[in-house]
Amino acid sequence: MPRYLLRRLFISVPVLFGISLVLFTILALAPGDPFEELATNPNVPAEVAQQLRQKFGLDDPVLVRYWRWVVSMLKGDWGYSFMSRVDVDTLILQRLPTSLWIIGMSQILGILIALPVGIYSAVRPYSVFDQIATTFAFIGFSLPTFFTGLIFILVFSIYFDWLPFIYRSDIAATGWRWAWEYLRQSIMPVAVLGLFQAASLTRFTRSAVLDVVQLDYVNTARAKGLSERVTIAKHVVRNALIPVVTLVALQIPNIFTGAVITEQIFRVPGIGSLLISAILSNDTPVVMAITFVYSGLVVIFNLVADLLYGWLDPRISYAGAR
Amino acid sequence: MANISVTATLPLGARRAGDSLWQEAWRRFRRHRLAMLGACVLLFMVVAVLSGPLAYRVPIDEIDFRAKLETPSWAHPLGTDDLGQDLLARMLYGGRISLAVGVAAMLIAIVIGTAIGAISGHLGGPMDHALMRITDLFLSLPQLPLLLLIIYLFRDVLKDVFGPEIGVFVLIVAVIGGLRWMPVARLVRAQFLSLREKEFVEAARSLGAPTMRQIVRHILPNTFGPVIVAGTIDVAAAIIAESSLSFLGLGFPPDIPTWGRILFDAKDNLDFAPHWALFPGAAIFLTVLSINYIGDGLRDALDPRKVLGQS
Repeated sequence: MPRYLLRRLFISVPVLFGISLVLFTILALAPGDPFEELATNPNVPAEVAQQLRQKFGLDDPVLVRYWRWVVSMLKGDWGYSFMSRVDVDTLILQRLPTSLWIIGMSQILGILIALPVGIYSAVRPYSVFDQIATTFAFIGFSLPTFFTGLIFILVFSIYFDWLPFIYRSDIAATGWRWAWEYLRQSIMPVAVLGLFQAASLTRFTRSAVLDVVQLDYVNTARAKGLSERVTIAKHVVRNALIPVVTLVALQIPNIFTGAVITEQIFRVPGIGSLLISAILSNDTPVVMAITFVYSGLVVIFNLVADLLYGWLDPRISYAGAR
Repeated sequence: MANISVTATLPLGARRAGDSLWQEAWRRFRRHRLAMLGACVLLFMVVAVLSGPLAYRVPIDEIDFRAKLETPSWAHPLGTDDLGQDLLARMLYGGRISLAVGVAAMLIAIVIGTAIGAISGHLGGPMDHALMRITDLFLSLPQLPLLLLIIYLFRDVLKDVFGPEIGVFVLIVAVIGGLRWMPVARLVRAQFLSLREKEFVEAARSLGAPTMRQIVRHILPNTFGPVIVAGTIDVAAAIIAESSLSFLGLGFPPDIPTWGRILFDAKDNLDFAPHWALFPGAAIFLTVLSINYIGDGLRDALDPRKVLGQS
């Protein structure tokens, strides 16, 4: 297993490198100057702007600039936010836990809904339950997160007045009361994101389980007298989860798409809403850094998926160990 | 082989002699009730946005403060927004753009995906390896953040070159299409790898068909089924992507009221004018749902295993 982990880690390095190359190419191709904001600011004299340009080496050849950018990203020196007047990495580290909390909770919610529903649907295909579940899954992944979010606000905040629709990081309470308030305001963003995830996950699970249920070894398991419950739980699900994990890994970039929108709707102070406000205020270093953080998260989550994969299907981790 | 297929498909609905495979597929598609319903809803939407503005001649930008934030009435069937602009007229006009973005982005994704998949699957070797690594790389890019980054950096230039409307349209379509070709490329490559070795391609090769003809006449048409299904889903995904951008206020400018843009304007008035957000949201949802069901129906209809009656 450790060797397998090491091998997967090794594969993700070129991916990160490729992503950095794509990001930098986009930035290099972009017209205008990332420091335009500074240069056009009348409070900054021309020679200071020139000095800054020299300090940041904006007039050097592209390859040199790329190399310097990569090195400084690796060293954790991510630049300085023009708007907030703090270092970009401090800004992002402040916001990241909130984002990860929302994304993590919604993933858990999605899995908790999708696995039982998908498995039960596949065990009784074309039953009433399956048809209802399939219909809801179709509706679920056709409803864009921004619309679900607005409907949730309309129903639960405005009509029933049960839940707050603005996410606050400064709750004026302590102890249990604080935890309760924090949980209460997380419900809607987590539900919006989680239900969207659950919809496609249910479909994946259903078709994966459906493929496995028909195999001969499942009949063997039944024939040797195992109960239906044990057959499904021990023999079917574990094998069916292998393709599900692959598909979930492919879905990860989509999760972040949903997360950005959800954060924006509920004003969750995470990196997604920071990205939007940075774009609206032309804060290039922040925009670049957040895009890179999202890419990094995709790679990390893919690594987690790989590990799960190796655990579910030991053949995979042994294959490379030879 | 032909014998088997005819007998096997008979109970499903009798493949008559002389029917092409497309007619066969159409017959199977018609049996998928929800897909047919989806096709009807989508057709209605398309007809509405294409002919609607001709029949419903209310200007989209007529400001009338006396009629602001009105709920649906006879004068304004879908109500009005905070400037008293008629929502039905705006939605009909914006729907054109939303649907056009979906279709155009899908076409770009399919063209790029097919080209890369075909090159990769046909050439094989190091070229295949390199192209597939690039595909994997694109698959691990976070789409929306990247989309936002590109639009943020390039919006002003394209606006200057093409004008505000077409500039933003070209940019959004190109970027959405350019970030969605990977599944198509994988599908096409997989088909190429298996078809390349099939007898009928070998026959064409031994009859002296040049490479280009083998690809275009014999292999490519056989990849259409899965590509069409993937393309259908891509239209839905592109519509959602455009709406998301506009919803974040970073897509089309306010004078081009795409459905996402109307939602963006409506979201701060949710408590006293919910109709303003509900209509465009429902339009996006219905369109995407219909397209997804159509995709599902096409998957059943175009599945080659079912055409041969072996499933």
